[in-house]
Amino acid sequence: MRQTWRPDLETISRLSHTPLHALHLSRGARMVPFAGYEMPVQYPEGVLKEHLHTRAAAGLFDVSHMGQVTIRPRSGRIADAALALEKLVPVDVLGLAEGRQRYALFTNPEGGILDDLMIANRGDHLFLVVNAACKDADFAHLKEGLGDSCDVRLLDDRALIALQGPRAEAVLCELWADVASMRFMDVAEADLHDVACIISRSGYTGEDGFEISIPTASAVDVTQRLLEHPDVLAIGLGARDSLRLEAGLCLYGSDIDTGTTPVEAALEWAIQKSRRAGGERAGGFPGADRILAELANGTSRRRVGLRPEGRAPVRGGAKLFADADGAVPVGSVTSGGFGPSVDCPVAMGYVETAHAENGTQLFAEVRGKYLPVTVSALPFVKQTYKR
Amino acid sequence: MLKFTEEHEWLKVEGGVATVGITEHAAGQLGDLVFVELPETGATFSKGDSAATVESVKAASDVYCPLDGEIVEVNQAIVDDPALVNSDPQGAAWFFKLKLADPRSADALLDEAAYKELVG
Repeated sequence: MRQTWRPDLETISRLSHTPLHALHLSRGARMVPFAGYEMPVQYPEGVLKEHLHTRAAAGLFDVSHMGQVTIRPRSGRIADAALALEKLVPVDVLGLAEGRQRYALFTNPEGGILDDLMIANRGDHLFLVVNAACKDADFAHLKEGLGDSCDVRLLDDRALIALQGPRAEAVLCELWADVASMRFMDVAEADLHDVACIISRSGYTGEDGFEISIPTASAVDVTQRLLEHPDVLAIGLGARDSLRLEAGLCLYGSDIDTGTTPVEAALEWAIQKSRRAGGERAGGFPGADRILAELANGTSRRRVGLRPEGRAPVRGGAKLFADADGAVPVGSVTSGGFGPSVDCPVAMGYVETAHAENGTQLFAEVRGKYLPVTVSALPFVKQTYKR
Repeated sequence: MLKFTEEHEWLKVEGGVATVGITEHAAGQLGDLVFVELPETGATFSKGDSAATVESVKAASDVYCPLDGEIVEVNQAIVDDPALVNSDPQGAAWFFKLKLADPRSADALLDEAAYKELVG
């Protein structure tokens, strides 16, 4: 027996540890290399139970490997930082109210995606969360783009955890009652056991939940207190991936990268009116010519959801065809696996636009066979965000 | 006669036919299985060919044919309920029965003590 497909985990001889590394080991986690860190892929409960627990109660994830960045305008005016950042993202940053957060993309001059990220307006500065594998490149990109007008810092003194699921609010309320008044994408500062944390009501599972930035010195203490709650289970990267796939959320490096544009990736909802043709600050970001043209005219391929008809998972890399004989290639799968909550295989990938309509039947090549799959709306599970 | 491979298959050999499955160690490493694909009855395999596929939420793995032979029976129960492989890997969750091309070929495989040493 040998594993023929596994998540994309690179091997790096010198792996970094998050502040919660020892806590993972003490809970019996199986550790794997991921984006330069040794991270828990699963705990003794296993991916399936961790996934279902998150959707039924609350799951706690260590995402400290991700990059936390602050951007402080030297002028003291937050609008200056917002306008400077708008030169790198096709997103309305200026219109982002204090205490609010928004999804964004760094684009390159060809219209490709350098990374996806969250941007929060924290009043006197912007707070960004970027992908672990991209954080050094993102930091350099930000320094180059904004360094003249802003102080850009990649924080190395904070952990980041996510608490996700229908019981997340009730659990966090026991530490900080005000959390109930937060809406989806709100960002607030809160004292959890006298530790100054930054809480956003957001996540990567499709569930209501929170991401909590904690000073490193208190990270273990705050995390342990949350894990003591009977509704909370520690969740590894394995279930994090199956949860986000069911929720239809992109994984950078798999579903989006420098070779895909925001419109191809069906992420045009992240480009607000003000940055589109005719908007007050139309264009002015890398790749704007191509991306604005694609918003107007469409693209030749689109990211879509895919539901395999049988029980066999269709994994990332599988080729897609219009016919059952594999004669007419129309695209490929970028993420795929088994969705424990929908209890069937789920996938997403890119297909030629002529074959991207929901309900279109395609065929995925798996071990020499052509398995029927249906183009399906994303997400596969109902999102439960508190809007 | 109970034998094992370094690829974590077990074989129970009776009258030139080996019942083949994956070991408890392998099932534990794989985690909860959600899909099993078995070979066709009548198919012939050489030692080391991929004969079956098992998939967890996260990963797909090949199960190798441990010796040369012909598939004479497969266990539909694990296709219908892949979780059986996790709960009873070395009992009810056998994968297939293999008519050995050379009944004596199993002699060279690992015995239980040697396999236990291998997986620690």
